[in-house]
Amino acid sequence: MTAFLRGAFSRLRGKKRPALAAAATFLLALPAVAADIPLPDRRSGYEFMGPDTRAMQDDDTQNPATLAVLEGEALWARKAGAAGRACADCHGDARESMKGAAARYPRFDDAGAGPIDLEGRIMQCRARRQEAPPLARESRELLALSAFVARQSRGLPVADAVAADARLAPFLERGRALFRRRQGQIALSCAQCHDDNWGKSLAGNAIPQAHPTGYPLYRLEWQSVGSLQRRLRNCMIGMRAEPYAYGAPEYLDLALYLAWRARGMAMEAPAVRP
Amino acid sequence: MRSRGMTRRGMLMAGLAALPAGAALTVIVRPAAATPEAMQEAIRRITGGAPLRRGRVRLEIPPLSENGNSVACAVAVDSPMTAADHVKAIHVVTEKNPQPNVIGVHLGPRAGRARIATRLRLSDTQTVTAIAALSDGSFWAESANVIVTMGACLEDAL
Amino acid sequence: MTAQALIHFPKKARRGEVIEIRTMISHPMETGFRRTQQGEPIPRNIITAFACRYNDVEVFRADLFPAMTANPFLSFHTVAAESGTLTFTWTGDDGFRVEERAKIEVG
Repeated sequence: MTAFLRGAFSRLRGKKRPALAAAATFLLALPAVAADIPLPDRRSGYEFMGPDTRAMQDDDTQNPATLAVLEGEALWARKAGAAGRACADCHGDARESMKGAAARYPRFDDAGAGPIDLEGRIMQCRARRQEAPPLARESRELLALSAFVARQSRGLPVADAVAADARLAPFLERGRALFRRRQGQIALSCAQCHDDNWGKSLAGNAIPQAHPTGYPLYRLEWQSVGSLQRRLRNCMIGMRAEPYAYGAPEYLDLALYLAWRARGMAMEAPAVRP
Repeated sequence: MRSRGMTRRGMLMAGLAALPAGAALTVIVRPAAATPEAMQEAIRRITGGAPLRRGRVRLEIPPLSENGNSVACAVAVDSPMTAADHVKAIHVVTEKNPQPNVIGVHLGPRAGRARIATRLRLSDTQTVTAIAALSDGSFWAESANVIVTMGACLEDAL
Repeated sequence: MTAQALIHFPKKARRGEVIEIRTMISHPMETGFRRTQQGEPIPRNIITAFACRYNDVEVFRADLFPAMTANPFLSFHTVAAESGTLTFTWTGDDGFRVEERAKIEVG
């Protein structure tokens, strides 16, 4: 049995900014069970972009996220907090010490007894090791530091964190369930677009497979660098679902599942996306 | 945080529930923004009323843009860039943005090559025009139409 | 907000060679056309001018308008005339001013 979906509409009223919550004209046939994308068929969102956007990502002198990476590099060397420590004081040259680090996140955090993402780890180090005031999620400094650290993993394969640490298994299952759960006003799941209909056109752009290989990234829509959590919030708003608060465990479970789903694919951070 | 640089087209959909499966009605509402007259006025300010000639200017801009917030654009002008014969200025204007001007660059023989590249914001599908002012007082232009699409799954709710 | 500018050009060039200079600077380029969700206009805040001086001679100048993307990127060319200093200046609304210098070796 198939069902047909219709996107929600948005309305331009006077000078109020319009919002397009979902495409106005697309139809989806919904299979009964979502199936994983076969591993050899996985493609990065990079491959769904036009040549100009790809050129922006490929060239550090054109990639706006490079500004964030440079800022992160400066922050890495700067002493902070009551402990008067810089990241570099413990971690040395990031090009060495952080190589491959971002590719292993999310990973298990003993302190929280659950998955932690790269931003969360940086926030943790900042609080505990540097004894500095907290960095808020999506703050300029946190994005700069995570862009700088993630940049050191560019080209390296996303690790299978769950195979490396079985404690993550139940969180992976929660993430998988979230990805497949129908939610929001149009009862849509992530899987229905990103597993079952990737490559098809939605509101004029191709639906990507939703791999997190490029985060943090410069989204043309934002005109700034943003994290995976910010993008997931956009997804949920687009699906007409209530987004979780930043740092919510649901995002971590989802991020873990997305990273697992992208295991073996090359890291691209910081990427550019439309 | 708001993401759009300027007002964008909205979409209206009527009769959500009433339409039969497979049919969708969309009406695109253009924001009350710049008019073609505003663009013509901007061009007049650039040329002082002199005629725009077609040729010598190459406007490199994609015919389809994934996001109007950032559209790559390059303008190259065929010129020896000598003291006697060079490009003095390159201007880019649009017809439907809230304001017609995008950028105006001033060059001279020291440029060596009359080529610039930058990134624009386009509020809607529209024509972009690049104008070159030459040292002999002539003006040359090329236009291109860019279709601007907008992604799904954005930051702002209704 | 600390301004971050990225400037890219060959540090060494042959005399008379035409080189490409790429610049990018961190700036929101707030157009002045947007409104908050409450309907309040967000004031314009853009870079309005950029200039490149080559040993204190202006070789390139640009007037920027709100239709330039955030974090404006600009590529242009100049003749590698002599060794010296290239000075890049961005100015804009709210007293925005960033100046960066870089050396070029021309042989």
